[in-house]
Amino acid sequence: MAKGSVRVTAERCKGCGFCVAFCPTHVLQLSSAFNSKGYHPPSMIAPEKCSGCNLCGMYCPDFAIFGFRTGDSQKGKEAA
Amino acid sequence: MSDSDCNLCAIGPANPVESVLRLDRIPTIWCPGCGIGTSVNSFAFALMNSGLDLKKVVIVSGIGCSGRVSGYVDLDAFHTTHGRAIPFATGLKLANPELTVIVYSGDGDLTSIGGNHLIHAARRNVDIKVFCVNNMIYAMTGGQAAATTPGAALSTTTPYGCFEPDLNIPHLVDAAGACYVARWTTYHVKQLERSMGEALKKKGFSFIEILSPCPTYFQRKNNMGDGLAAMEDYKKRSKIRNGAPTGEIAIVPGGDIIVGKFVDRERLDYLALMRQQLGSHYHERGCQTC
Amino acid sequence: MNADPAAVREGTHFMNGDAAACEGALAAGARFAAGYPITPSTEIVERFASRVPEVGGLFIQMEDELAASIAIQGMVWAGAKSFTVTSGPGFSLMMEHIGYAAMTETPCVFMDVQRGGPSTGLPTLPAQGDMMQARFGSHGDYQVIALCPNSPQECFELSVKSFNLAERYRLPVMLMMDECVGHMTEKVVVPAAEKIYVEPRRRTAKAPGDYRAYECGPDLVPEMAHAGEGHHLYVTGLTHDKRGYPVMNPATQRELVTRLFDKIKLAKNDLLMVDEDQTEGADVVVVSFGITSRVAERAIQMARAKGMKVGRLRLICVWPFPEDKIAALASRIKAFVVPELNMGQVVLEVERTVAGRCRTISVPHPGGTVHKPEDILAAIERGAR
Ligand code: SF4
Ligand code: SF4
Ligand code: SF4
Repeated sequence: MAKGSVRVTAERCKGCGFCVAFCPTHVLQLSSAFNSKGYHPPSMIAPEKCSGCNLCGMYCPDFAIFGFRTGDSQKGKEAA
Repeated sequence: MSDSDCNLCAIGPANPVESVLRLDRIPTIWCPGCGIGTSVNSFAFALMNSGLDLKKVVIVSGIGCSGRVSGYVDLDAFHTTHGRAIPFATGLKLANPELTVIVYSGDGDLTSIGGNHLIHAARRNVDIKVFCVNNMIYAMTGGQAAATTPGAALSTTTPYGCFEPDLNIPHLVDAAGACYVARWTTYHVKQLERSMGEALKKKGFSFIEILSPCPTYFQRKNNMGDGLAAMEDYKKRSKIRNGAPTGEIAIVPGGDIIVGKFVDRERLDYLALMRQQLGSHYHERGCQTC
Repeated sequence: MNADPAAVREGTHFMNGDAAACEGALAAGARFAAGYPITPSTEIVERFASRVPEVGGLFIQMEDELAASIAIQGMVWAGAKSFTVTSGPGFSLMMEHIGYAAMTETPCVFMDVQRGGPSTGLPTLPAQGDMMQARFGSHGDYQVIALCPNSPQECFELSVKSFNLAERYRLPVMLMMDECVGHMTEKVVVPAAEKIYVEPRRRTAKAPGDYRAYECGPDLVPEMAHAGEGHHLYVTGLTHDKRGYPVMNPATQRELVTRLFDKIKLAKNDLLMVDEDQTEGADVVVVSFGITSRVAERAIQMARAKGMKVGRLRLICVWPFPEDKIAALASRIKAFVVPELNMGQVVLEVERTVAGRCRTISVPHPGGTVHKPEDILAAIERGAR
């Protein structure tokens, strides 16, 4: 079960791919969807691998994503 | 957005860095893949974990892309003139030593037009923290060569390649007497956070160089790909060598990028030296009229 | 509010204008200064460096005038009253930060002890060639206040006044001395602290969250907050809105720059500072300022002895220019005579304001020494014809 999840503010994303490249467990990929500026925000392709380490958040230059630990199983389910 | 993204909007905590950002100013002006914003995350965590009363923390910047950091961080912020963030910060700190004063600006601003101030603030050991984002180019004005442009790099003012040798900034501030000198890249988010935290606590002039991608000018002009390519390059080329002699850490195109904490020394800061020198000539008396 | 007695050397002194300007700064509450050595101004901060530790302040000698002129503004935003001193070449370097102070509405004082120029010019000899630079030297449109003392006593008094006006109107104030006045030694009476009015900073009483840094009332002067008080200040030299945030469009530019002008227009009566004598019924009025006014006084006496009706209008505050005063006199007299230690700067303002209603006679002088009274007298005689 995933220990963490991420939250994306899609409108802030500029599609740089830092979060995707530097997630240690390869949880993310840039989605095919566009935000209103025409960038592809990230989405989770392997949510179960997310540790909530927030490295994605640390790398994101636009404060558009962050990871968090899902403390209880309920939250974990939601995120998964 | 696809369905699978819904969970991304699930009720959860807010991005912790938001608590120290001016959300009404975001999105930032920075380009996709610019590293300045990444450095701000490290800064935000360093601030949040510093235990400092953020009311008493002030950010000062000069002009340029990096100079805009002061406008996005929710501290008392002063966006000064080109190159002059350090003397402004010096005045702030000396007139109110209770403040923690941070200068956050770019390489062009701090080392060229502001180079004289950088040297003398380090020499005087004014207790300010200087975080210098080095993207190796004048970015905001459109990609001109800087004192930090390495090798024969192309820029809009060096169309045949740069031929001026570049500046080894940590070496300069070390020689001038800085108490704390480090270099990281925007790939080293955690190390940078820790280093900024140390600088915030360190008494005396502290300096951190932060190598950062400028995909719009430096990378593009030199066929170095986008911001991500620069980050991958940092990852590949960086070697952590804490305590490395700063004379040996010049940036060589294609060579190792030496990062780490190079200097951490104790020296009395400007105000302490002043008190010591003035002795009984100095009478404590706060401002009575302003 | 009155001066802090600890900083006031009450009594009758024999001191030069530079020393008196320093005493004025201390009396006015300046506890911080930054500077860079330059003749003939340095004595001001030399004295300050020796005096200010007594009252818990400091002087820092910066690496250049660019640094000095912005360091003082950091000091101000930290809560201090602060100033810098210089002379022509250094004044040129400070222009950048006179503009910054005007744009950010940072109350601070620039003392310029004028010497002969251009460039390095005459380091130890007088001139009044920086008058237009004081008004227009930084790029863009802004307003300043510039005061011109003509004696060490006035160096003291106008030094205090400079700080008071800087606080009242939140802008950079220029104390435009000259080498003669700075190095002239005369009697200076420093009154008791309780007789010296000190303008307090216009600090906001608003709570963080309610306070907007550049919002203002009818006098168009915003209230001030300092760093470290929890107001999340944002101060920038970019065109900014009432919160201080950069907004770069024509509407914001118009609102801001117009207000920077209008706050001084509204203050024009407060800033009318002239020394006027026998202008009623005069045929000729001699307009002068600083050291030149003392030479002009001799010429006026010589002219009166010859039976001419000559008035004196000494400009104590040159910027903003006393337009109404000059305009009112212009329709009653034959001529203005304007001697100054430059090739004709303030005379341009006289001429503009007079707008042809009477003659304006310039008595230029490239500096290095003062006028001969006879040269001014000759101009008075021409004007009286
Ligand atoms: S929180 Fe960590 S594991 Fe989860 S997506 Fe972000 S970087 Fe990957
Ligand atoms: S790091 Fe941020 S801006 Fe870049 S792709 Fe990921 S979410 Fe978007
Ligand atoms: S021009 Fe370069 S440094 Fe400036 S915001 Fe864009 S990428 Fe960043």
